[in-house]
Amino acid sequence: MINKQIDDIREAVNDIRDGAVVLVPGFGAVGIADHLLEALCDQGATDLTIVANNAGNDEHGLARLINLGRVRKVICSYPRSGDYSAFLNAYRAKTLELELVPQGTISERMRCAAAGLGGFFSPVSAGTRLAEGKETREIDGKLYVFEKPLRGDVALVKAWRADRWGNLTYRKSARNFNPICAQAADLTIVETAAMVELGALDPETVMTPGIFVDRIVAVGEAPPKNHPGYAKFAGAAA
Amino acid sequence: MTPLSRFQIAWRAAQDLPEGAYVNLGIGMPTLAARYVPAGREVIFHSENGVLGLGPAPQPGEEDEDLIDAGKNLTTLVRGGCYVHHADAFLMIRGGHLDISLLGAFEVSGTGDLANWTTEDPNFPPGVGGAMDLAVGARQIRVLMDHVDKKGKPRILNRCALPLTAAGVVRRIYSSLAVIDVTPEGLVVVEMVPGMDIDRLQALTEPKLMLAPGCGVIAAPAELGAPAAKAAGQAA
Repeated sequence: MINKQIDDIREAVNDIRDGAVVLVPGFGAVGIADHLLEALCDQGATDLTIVANNAGNDEHGLARLINLGRVRKVICSYPRSGDYSAFLNAYRAKTLELELVPQGTISERMRCAAAGLGGFFSPVSAGTRLAEGKETREIDGKLYVFEKPLRGDVALVKAWRADRWGNLTYRKSARNFNPICAQAADLTIVETAAMVELGALDPETVMTPGIFVDRIVAVGEAPPKNHPGYAKFAGAAA
Repeated sequence: MTPLSRFQIAWRAAQDLPEGAYVNLGIGMPTLAARYVPAGREVIFHSENGVLGLGPAPQPGEEDEDLIDAGKNLTTLVRGGCYVHHADAFLMIRGGHLDISLLGAFEVSGTGDLANWTTEDPNFPPGVGGAMDLAVGARQIRVLMDHVDKKGKPRILNRCALPLTAAGVVRRIYSSLAVIDVTPEGLVVVEMVPGMDIDRLQALTEPKLMLAPGCGVIAAPAELGAPAAKAAGQAA
């Protein structure tokens, strides 16, 4: 019987290696696998390259990973979002490298890797500083920039519902980069608010088919304890 | 002569959004335009984080932490709206599926070059977000901006001083002083604020301006003038 669910979140992340490229979907604070990021903080892997849209907030999750000195490089579109002091301090101390990539180019580079393609020509950033050093080509009179695929060793995905095969759904704008990252990594680890029985998800509405998913951990609705949103859940439970 | 407030600039831009248009609103002043679409006109707003059919800010009790806009503010979905993942959200942008993108700008050139992603402040890391995608992808790029900088210097320039977001993309400028079209022949002034004339506007604009036949006056609602609109508690 296929069962991708793992009870212990520490076991789910225990083989993430030093130097890994880690895909971290999410937009702002929405759709981020904060539980898996905390588990990665505790696990100890270092020298990581993080692919994300933003660069961590406050002192939890990705920000905590940066504060612990475990991130070598961030590939993102917009680090300046919310309280990003963890990133800012490391950036100013030059202990962390930033590769700035237009937002749609990040998602398409990952999608390209997922699709087994060798890259693509995009009009985005043509003629700008972000295209410096990149191959360009004029196609039908328009200038394009060559972009390489971007593959992750690991993706840390946040789902809303999952079954034991790894079929996933997401909730509202928390979908964002999650389905893309789930397809673009060698190892896709998912945290889900809740598991459902196999067959309970409407096959017409599965957003990520289980073929892309390796491990699932059920974490409940509440964010991790050091997350600013935790207090509300703790209060509601009391 | 009083420059338009940011609310009035957004109001003016909103008047030009046609029925049935798919529109992306950039962060800041462009986001305000959603409030001022004339009643009865159906315009569908796209948000880069995978929301097609973006609604107004939630009422108290209606907030959902999984539903935010590109500025990371809590938002709502209109009836008929839907969610997509990021690759599709940017396919819509990059692939020319959006009719109009309203963007903010630091500088615009006489040939429609746009600079809106970095001020090159050495103390902070750069951030580009979806700015470059939006600037090349939508069928028409319209810009909302203050006509001059804080020192009164032109921000509509012969050549942008700041790094470009995209070259030759801007088709219309809604500034605090005028509505200006970027045409192959040059900049054409379509409307000006009450009390403004072409000579004074030219003195605040680097590229040569041409006056459109029948150039009009911008008739923005006075109640949206600063600071009254802010006092009305209109959080972005």
